[in-house]
Amino acid sequence: MRRPANTLISRLWVGSGRALPAFFIASNGRGEHMRNLSFSSRDLICGALFIFIGLFFAIQAYGLELGTALRMGPGYFPFVLAGILILLGIIVIVQGTQLQHEPMGPIAWRGMLFILPAPILFGLTVRGLGFVPSLFLTGLVAAFASTKMRPGTALLLVGGLTLFSVIVFSYALGLPFRRFGPWLGQ
Amino acid sequence: MDLLNNLVLGFATAASPYNLLFCFIGVILGTLIGVLPGIGATATIAMLLPITFQLEPVSSLIMLAGIYYGAQYGGSTTAILINMPGESSSAVTAIDGYQMARKGRAGAALSIAAIGSFFAGTVSTILVAVFAPPLTAVALRFGSPEYFSLMIVGLVSSVALAHGSVVKALGMVVLGLLLGLVGTDIYTGTPRFNLGILELSDGLNFVALAVGVFGIAEILRNLENEHDRDVMIKKVTNLWPTRQDWKEMTAPILRGTVIGSALGILPGGGAILASFASYTVEKRISSTPDEFGKGAVAGVAGPESANNAGAQTSFIPMLTLGIPANPVMALMIGAMIIQGIVPGPNVATEQPALFWGIIASMWIGNLMLILLNLPLIGLWVKLLTIPYYMLFPAIIAFCSIGVYSVNSNVFDLYAVAFFGLIGYGLAKLRCEPAPLLLGFVLGPLLEEHLRRAMIMSRGDPMTFLNRPISLGLLLLAAAVLVVVLLPSIRKKRDEVFVED
Repeated sequence: MRRPANTLISRLWVGSGRALPAFFIASNGRGEHMRNLSFSSRDLICGALFIFIGLFFAIQAYGLELGTALRMGPGYFPFVLAGILILLGIIVIVQGTQLQHEPMGPIAWRGMLFILPAPILFGLTVRGLGFVPSLFLTGLVAAFASTKMRPGTALLLVGGLTLFSVIVFSYALGLPFRRFGPWLGQ
Repeated sequence: MDLLNNLVLGFATAASPYNLLFCFIGVILGTLIGVLPGIGATATIAMLLPITFQLEPVSSLIMLAGIYYGAQYGGSTTAILINMPGESSSAVTAIDGYQMARKGRAGAALSIAAIGSFFAGTVSTILVAVFAPPLTAVALRFGSPEYFSLMIVGLVSSVALAHGSVVKALGMVVLGLLLGLVGTDIYTGTPRFNLGILELSDGLNFVALAVGVFGIAEILRNLENEHDRDVMIKKVTNLWPTRQDWKEMTAPILRGTVIGSALGILPGGGAILASFASYTVEKRISSTPDEFGKGAVAGVAGPESANNAGAQTSFIPMLTLGIPANPVMALMIGAMIIQGIVPGPNVATEQPALFWGIIASMWIGNLMLILLNLPLIGLWVKLLTIPYYMLFPAIIAFCSIGVYSVNSNVFDLYAVAFFGLIGYGLAKLRCEPAPLLLGFVLGPLLEEHLRRAMIMSRGDPMTFLNRPISLGLLLLAAAVLVVVLLPSIRKKRDEVFVED
């Protein structure tokens, strides 16, 4: 799949799905330089992420005692690993300039908006409200991550789900959860 | 005979009514999630892991094992009926299985898959029983250098088996190792990388990480574009294969079993690679290669036998060395640790009932699967018609309950959301989560053995090369790495891992 980068430019821009942030392009200077330096936004983000995480761990590890190869301190092994991660990040970015890319595809914004807060909501309310109402709320929030879910269906579905969970987890498996919590005056 | 005594002990353990019940629950649950696309064995096991804390160690491991190989059976049903792999290991089955179904031979295809799986399951159970004890004996003589090198082999293999870029997979391993080191340094007690968060001083929660990266991220990926599943085959008839089918499937089943068993034992191996390898072999040696892709019996029989054999034999490194071959085995090790069992070669000698009970339960579980699945096929077909949006709220709820029940710590739930986001982001960047999870599990162990080996050798790194077993393992790791980086192999590998 390796082809000279400049023949691919037009396809790359379309193919990579999203336009690059402006500063990456601007930093390339004049237009003709830009044609030779094209990055896959996917690989660029991935490589940058590796480098960023690597730097974070490297700086943290450097603050710890590194020790010697004979007696490694708590920072030695992580410092080496962080270095490798940074190196890999650079390779990912460099490789990203040459390969053909597939589009990023759609991003589940709605999914993230409803799915990710669900476990957090459960964490915030399970002690206060208790297992039953907390689980019901969690399920309800999660249910609306799908565009196909209708309110009536959601209530029925999550109601059944809560009943099932209480029977299985609370009664049958005997997990030590308070079914109704102090916020409800119990 | 030792083997016989051990097997008797194993079957006595596995056949107790209590354990039979959990084996049954495991295989049913496994089939269920195998049939349903969009939820995999890894996510399910991660979700149920904390709940198994309430059970006996043997029962919980028997159940978790049942979920894994049950999912291999269930996955093939979906592959054959709706041309969509229920499990990634049944992706190749979809090619010819679905074509058979379109020709009205769904019943035969399902039976061939089930018979192949059962045969392979039986053979590989015997293999596990035969090979586990001698490997355990070898493993007991392992020192820190050997363990270090062995883990390197496992990590490198997981890179080789990941989809897409080798460099990204390597990055995932390293990231996993680093995340595994968060917490407190075991030698000096120095806190590290905990960002001043008290809850992190014991390290990141393994279950929260696995549930987030596999469970939550998987749901988000499925929500990207929702489409209805089209179940073409409403009724499955003619389950029994014809005489011609029997003739065509015997050799592929035998070959698939051998290929699957061999690849399953390798660290990093398992069901997915086994099924791909078997399909490639069958197509290459077939006298009618044109038939492949149009409903070849061998294209169903071979890979289905191979993935089941691989799933079973991947227990060998987990049971004998305490080294996970794939993410599911990493979770099994997590389950052992939750139960207070130290994974490794000592399990066989200190907990013979557990060790042999798991092995025996695999055969019992396979028997249950073949007896249950074919008669119940109508039920599984109905399940396929449940739309996805009815399922995922339940998955989220069970994930939350499961993670919270590990140590009743709400911080773990926030970690789930965080790792769900990370997992989804990594998936969008085409980074595979499997090497990350393996790295996470092995991180602390790898560091411990590295440091111990260096202290024992007085700081001489040649200790890894001077010891023959360690040297052999490192050479193996280097060979694997070189092979996946070779351009010609890389191209082949890209073809094999092409996703639909």
